Parts: sequence; C-alpha cells; structure tokens
Amino acid sequence: MAYPSPLNELATRVAQTRPERLKQSFPRLNAEEKNKLLHEYHPDYRTDTFSTLRVGPNAGDRTPRELAILLEGESLLKETSLSINQPDYDCDVLVIGGGGAGCAAALIADDLGAKVIVATKLRLGDANTMMAQGGIQAADKDNDSPALHYLDVLGGGHFANTPELVETLVTDAPEAIQWLEDLGVMFDKNPDGSMKTIHGGGTSRKRMHTARDYTGAEIMRTLRDELKSRPQITVLEFSPAIELLTDSNGTVTGAVLLNLNLSGNALSPNYHYTIVRAKTVVIATGGSGRLHYQGFPTSNHYGATGDGLVLAYRAGARLAFIDTMQYHPTGVAYPQQIIGQLVTEKVRSLGAQLLNVDGQQFIFPLETRDVVASAIIRECQKGKGVVTPGNISGVWLDTPMIEILRGPGTVKRELPAMVRQFARFGIELDKEPILVYPTLHYQNGGVAIDPDCRTNVPFLFVAGEASGGVHGRNRLMGNSLLDVIVFGRRAGNAAAQTARTRTANLELTLKHLEKWDQELQKNNLAPVTKSPLILPDYTKKEV
Amino acid sequence: MGENMIDIYIMGEHHRVPDSLTILQALEYAGYRLIRGVGCRGGFCGACATVYRIAGDYRLKFALACQTKVEPNMQLAMIPYFPAHQPRYRLSELKGTAQEVLNIYPEMLTCYGCNTCTKSCPQEIDVLGYVSAIIRGDIPLAADISFDCIMCGLCVSRCPAELVKHHAALLCRRIYGKFLAPRSEHLKQRIQEVKTGKFTAAIAELKNMPPEELKKVYANRDIEPEE
Ligand SMILES: Cc1cc2nc3c(=O)[nH]c(=O)nc-3n(C[C@H](O)[C@H](O)[C@H](O)COP(=O)(O)OP(=O)(O)OC[C@H]3O[C@@H](n4cnc5c(N)ncnc54)[C@H](O)[C@@H]3O)c2cc1C
Ligand code: SF4
Ligand code: SF4
Ligand code: FES
Repeated sequence: MAYPSPLNELATRVAQTRPERLKQSFPRLNAEEKNKLLHEYHPDYRTDTFSTLRVGPNAGDRTPRELAILLEGESLLKETSLSINQPDYDCDVLVIGGGGAGCAAALIADDLGAKVIVATKLRLGDANTMMAQGGIQAADKDNDSPALHYLDVLGGGHFANTPELVETLVTDAPEAIQWLEDLGVMFDKNPDGSMKTIHGGGTSRKRMHTARDYTGAEIMRTLRDELKSRPQITVLEFSPAIELLTDSNGTVTGAVLLNLNLSGNALSPNYHYTIVRAKTVVIATGGSGRLHYQGFPTSNHYGATGDGLVLAYRAGARLAFIDTMQYHPTGVAYPQQIIGQLVTEKVRSLGAQLLNVDGQQFIFPLETRDVVASAIIRECQKGKGVVTPGNISGVWLDTPMIEILRGPGTVKRELPAMVRQFARFGIELDKEPILVYPTLHYQNGGVAIDPDCRTNVPFLFVAGEASGGVHGRNRLMGNSLLDVIVFGRRAGNAAAQTARTRTANLELTLKHLEKWDQELQKNNLAPVTKSPLILPDYTKKEV
Repeated sequence: MGENMIDIYIMGEHHRVPDSLTILQALEYAGYRLIRGVGCRGGFCGACATVYRIAGDYRLKFALACQTKVEPNMQLAMIPYFPAHQPRYRLSELKGTAQEVLNIYPEMLTCYGCNTCTKSCPQEIDVLGYVSAIIRGDIPLAADISFDCIMCGLCVSRCPAELVKHHAALLCRRIYGKFLAPRSEHLKQRIQEVKTGKFTAAIAELKNMPPEELKKVYANRDIEPEE
C-alpha cells in the first residue's frame, strides 16, 4: 500500500464493501432528481463566481469571472507602434491552433489546394487533443444509428444544443472515423475488423471507439505526422495569435502572432511580432481550463487559456453557452503532484464504482458528467468525502472492481496510461482504489458557429473546443474528439472554398480595436488586464 | 502540509524547493516561466524530457519533468528541443510493406542491440523490442510494442547508433492502421447508409419534436446493457 496511514485504513473499508457492492446496482436518477442535484451542487449554478459582460456582442450574458476579465480586457497591441502594412506571410487559410481541430482543418484546406499556414502557441500537437484518453464516438454499429446518437447528445446537453450542429456531428461521424483510419489511426478492433466499442456516460449504445487509453494521442500524433509530410504547409510554432487583423469593413484579413521564442518573457518590452495576411482565418485554439475557474484544478493542457474567444470577441464574434463549463467528475485528488489530472471516464465505463468515506456508493457511475460531478461535490460538502494529506476532499474510485468484473489483467490491458500515471507514485490501480474530485475539464461553449463553422464575422471560422453550440450545456465523453474532426474538416473545407472568392489585395488594419476601445470608454470600463493571456503563470511561490 | 525543503541544482544554479514537487513544478517554483519544455503537464506529450544526475553519482538519468518528483541534490537540465531526423513521406503513396519502412529509415539496420534505449524510456516501452521487430519486418509487432510512445525522444538522445526509432515506429503504426488492420464492414455500410439518407427522416422527426415530447423519448430510450 502506498497510501499514508489514515488513507490506508479508509481504503480497506472499500475492500470490505466490495462483495456486497458486487450484488448491488445503484439506481439511475430521474430527470427531476438530476435537476435538483445540479441546481444545488454544480459550479455553473453558483452566483458569486460569475460576472455579467458589459461590452461586446454578448453584453448582458453571464460568464465565469476569470473569463469575463479577459473578454473585457484590452489588446496587447495597445500602445505599441506596430507596423502592420508589410505582412511577413500571405496565405489563403490561416489556421490558429495546432491541436486536433486545427490540424484537421489544415489538411483538408491543403487537399483543396489552398495555401495554408498553421500558427500555434507551443509545439504542433501540444494540445488538449493529445491528452484525450477515453475515446471518440460514432454511431456505426448495427444496433446503433445517428438518430440515437443525436438523442443522446441532446439529452446530455440538456436539450439546449443547436440542433443543426448536432445533426452534422452525428451524420458526419462515421466518415470522420474512416478518414482517421485512412491516415493510419490504429483503433481497437476485433479480429474480424469490427470496432471494439464501449459505453460512456450518457450513451445509450456502446459507440465509443478507442485506441487503448491513448485515443487522443494516437489521433494527434497521426495528424501531426501527416501535416509534417506536406512541405507546402507552413507551420509556425511558438507563435500564438494575439490579435486578428481586419479591414475597414470589419471583415477578418489575417492575424498578428507573437514569437514566443524571441520575445522571451511575455511581459518583456521587446516583442517580436509576425504579421500574417490571410483570406480566411480558422480559429482552433481549444479550451480555457488553465483559467482555473472558481479555483478548480484542471485537466487541461498548459496553453488552454481561451485566447481564441478573446480574439474573436474583440473582432465582433458572438459567443454561445459561455456560462457553462464542464467539471470532469474524476480528476486526481491524490497524490498531490498530479492533482487535477484526468482519470478517464473509461475507468467507470469498465465498471469502477464511486464510493464515499464509508465505502458506500452514492451515484450511478455512468450518469452524465455534470450529474456525477455534482454528486461528488455533494458528498464532500456533507462531510462524506475522504480528506487527503493535502487537505482536500475526494471520493474513492474503486478500480480493483474492474478486475473482479472483467477478469484479472483488464486494468493493465485497458488502462496502460492510467496504470503508469499512478505507478509513478507507487499506487497500483488494479489493487488499490484511487481518490478523485471534479476537475475543470472543458469549455462547453465558445464562438457561435453554423454547420460550416462560419461565425457572424465575415471570413472568420471557428472549430473544435473554441466553438459553442454543439454540446449545449454539457458534453458527453467522446463527442469532443469527434467534434474536432468533424468540424475541423468542415472548417478547412469552408475556409478554403471561401478563400477562392476573395482577392489577395486585402487591407490590414486594427480598426476593430479602436471600436473596442470606444465601447470600453462609453461604458466607463477600465480594463483590468491585457488579453489574451497566452500562458498561465505558475511561477508564484505557491504549492 | 509539512513542507520539507531540499536542495536542487537547475542548470548548475542552486535552489531550495519543497520535496513534494515534480521537477516541472520545482522549475516554476524556482521562478522559471516555461515556454519550451512543457506541454500537457500530464505525461502525454513528451515535451518535458529532462536529464539529471544526483550529486555523487556519475550516472545520467532521464525523466519526464511533469511526472517525476524532485530528489535531494538533483542536478538537472531540460532538453526542450532535440534535433531529430524526420524524412518526409506520403502514406497515401506507400503500399504498406515492411521494406518501405527500411527504405525510409535504412539506418535502423545499424542498431547495436545495446538496449540503452529501453533503459531510458519513461514509458517503460521495450524499445529494443520494437527496433528488432522493424528490422525483422514485423510491422504489426512494432506497432503494438511502440503504441504507448509519447515521442519524447529520450531513447534517441542516448542511442549510440543515433537512430530516431520513435519516428520509424510511428510510420509502422500508421502503416498498420491504414493497410494491415482488418477494415470494419459495419463502418463502410453505415457511411453508405448515411449517404443514401437512411437516417434523415428519423433525425428530422427528433429535430421537429416539441421539447417535452423529446425529453420523454430521451428518458424512455433503451440502453444497451453492459455485457
Ligand atoms: C485530459 C483530457 C482528456 C480528454 N478526453 C477526451 C476523450 O476521451 N474524448 C473526447 O472526445 N474528448 C476528450 N477531451 C476533450 C478533447 O480532447 C478536447 O476538447 C479537444 O481535443 C479539443 O481540440 P481542439 O483542437 O479544439 O483544441 P486543442 O487540442 O486544445 O488545440 C488547441 C491548440 O491551439 C493552440 N493555441 C491556443 N491558443 C493559441 C493562440 N493564441 N494562438 C495559436 N495557437 C493557440 C494550443 O496551443 C493548441 O495547440 C479530453 C480533454 C482533456 C484535457
Ligand atoms: S520509445 Fe523513445 S520516444 Fe517513445 S516514449 Fe520511449 S523514450 Fe520516448
Ligand atoms: S540504443 Fe540504439 S543501438 Fe542501442 S539498442 Fe537501442 S536502438 Fe539499438
Ligand atoms: S509536459 Fe507533456 S509529458 Fe510532461
């Protein structure tokens, strides 16, 4: 046992209740019970941690305070004497973000003969996509259908989703899987070639496709390799976009990038900028977990600071569902070194149960994520959580149960990444339960798009986690990787086609910033900060 | 929590940090604002490859900074970028044979079999195992053994034969996924069905349903049993 003493004793209670739990199946909640649980315990329903936006297309809407401050921020380019008339690069399609959505968009646009530039904040592929473990949904089995998938997505999103986007998601899904296979993604299959599929929270059919528990990594490294095999695509790494460029009509004409390698500390006065003129721009900058809403730990990538939302908002794009975030129910609560990292939902799909300090179940483990997260928060607030040496509360996730239900060796075979993660800190997943607490995981909303990823700003497209509407108020596991591929491809396609309709002689201005500043002034707003954030700051001497 | 402070050396510079931190957290604690050398912070991206030794011990050790705890008297440096040879190829133009892998990476045949690569892999992959499989032309085995590779390049940094085996393994996995893995009939069929509009009416019906009715249909949907 790697657990220190008090935890160790509590873990034995888990083992004691196992025989009894084997016979028990915890009932699912009905719609009313779920609603009550969400309203009482889900972080989205708190009022003290939200702000109401005062400027921009979403003035009057509420959003977490941390995001509001950035959305109402002022440009990093204010008070710089940047000359933007001489672009360093010219292209048809500028893709901002080198995760799954960005790479998919770039590949399809390139297929269509567009001149493509990918600008990304860190290395190509350093993205949330790389970290996705659980799987990717697609209704391709005989007992399943896109219509059932549609129903699950809507139910999961509390029926708030944009129906056209959901329809597109589920009907494009099988083709998205085939596209990935053709690029060489190794999905888990049976010997006859049929896909091995499992359940995820809120799915009515087993439609989660996996590549062991490295599904996102497998997809990401394949897309990245394919992108690198196309020398005609220019990739600018360590080059986050910090502002869009527009013409006098307010349509998008490119972006300003910051060269992180040469600029050193982002606060240093010696910025090195790159100006890209582009006929169309695709924002694929992913999520914002690193803003640590409400002080939550996060499962997200280092660069997930919501930059795309800030850039698009300032250029006049409308956002959707920015008052709802996803807190993944099972983030690591112990050991301290990996707090907030994800314990994939696949662990529960395989049969692990959630238990309070008494070793008792308190929720059906495969309810939708928001419901499970709320139940865990309730349990901990009621004093039924397990307090760790780091003085945070969590609940048990009984992983050894998987071995009993599915046979010895299942944990090591199905969850190699998880096993490795915990083994590094001396915890054996197949023999000991682990401690979990909700972690900030996903930005349910983002820039409002149509099925071709168009925004209300001409020539600006958005795909992936930076967009909003597909998942409504809550996303189901496996629908994000799908979203990224389906809408990434669509954005690439639409952006390349649209670029053909535009002349290369574009005007490069920052006029939208003048308008933005006027609006701030009109509302007597003194921005709290400059934005986008680009990278979180963890250098403070806090642990 | 009781903070136990220890001495570490970052690129030769002395720092005192809590012993509960990972190397990555210790760098930040010491005041480094990281740009290179950090990515996922979760053991998935391979950006944080780090080399270190413990004072008094001559041996070099390798680790992922985000997954490894600091130790007293650790002397560490990050390897934020390791130049690695990566030939360009188009998968779509390959036939999927083992010979093609060796044509693209002929140097694979020069492996000494010293097994240093396996010892340096933070993912505990049998690196020599997949290198041997590539040499023998067994693509499925190479793809299988190398599957958990996070492309950190640590095995390359130590290889006396200077092989960029993780890239060769990636090629094997892509060849396996595209050419060698059996294809799904149900997937092909479903794509056809979608194209011919088999589900259009069913989805339209759901789309046009009054919300209350839709909620009922959802609540009453049958759920495929676990087993
Ligand atoms: C730990 C974890 C596990 C997950 N598991 C699953 C799962 O099992 N199934 C599933 O479907 N989904 C899962 N998800 C969600 C899913 O992985 C992500 O939502 C999805 O991959 C997002 O893809 P994206 O391309 O939109 O963004 P990302 O993959 O995050 O890519 C965004 C890219 O944009 C770059 N960027 C950011 N700002 C800028 C800027 N200013 N300029 C230039 N570039 C910028 C980033 O560096 C990054 O490269 C998981 C997420 C996490 C974090
Ligand atoms: S095989 Fe090499 S590149 Fe891959 S994880 Fe191991 S050491 Fe890193
Ligand atoms: S380190 Fe290089 S030479 Fe040694 S076994 Fe590995 S691949 Fe072969
Ligand atoms: S930061 Fe990604 S593996 Fe360490």
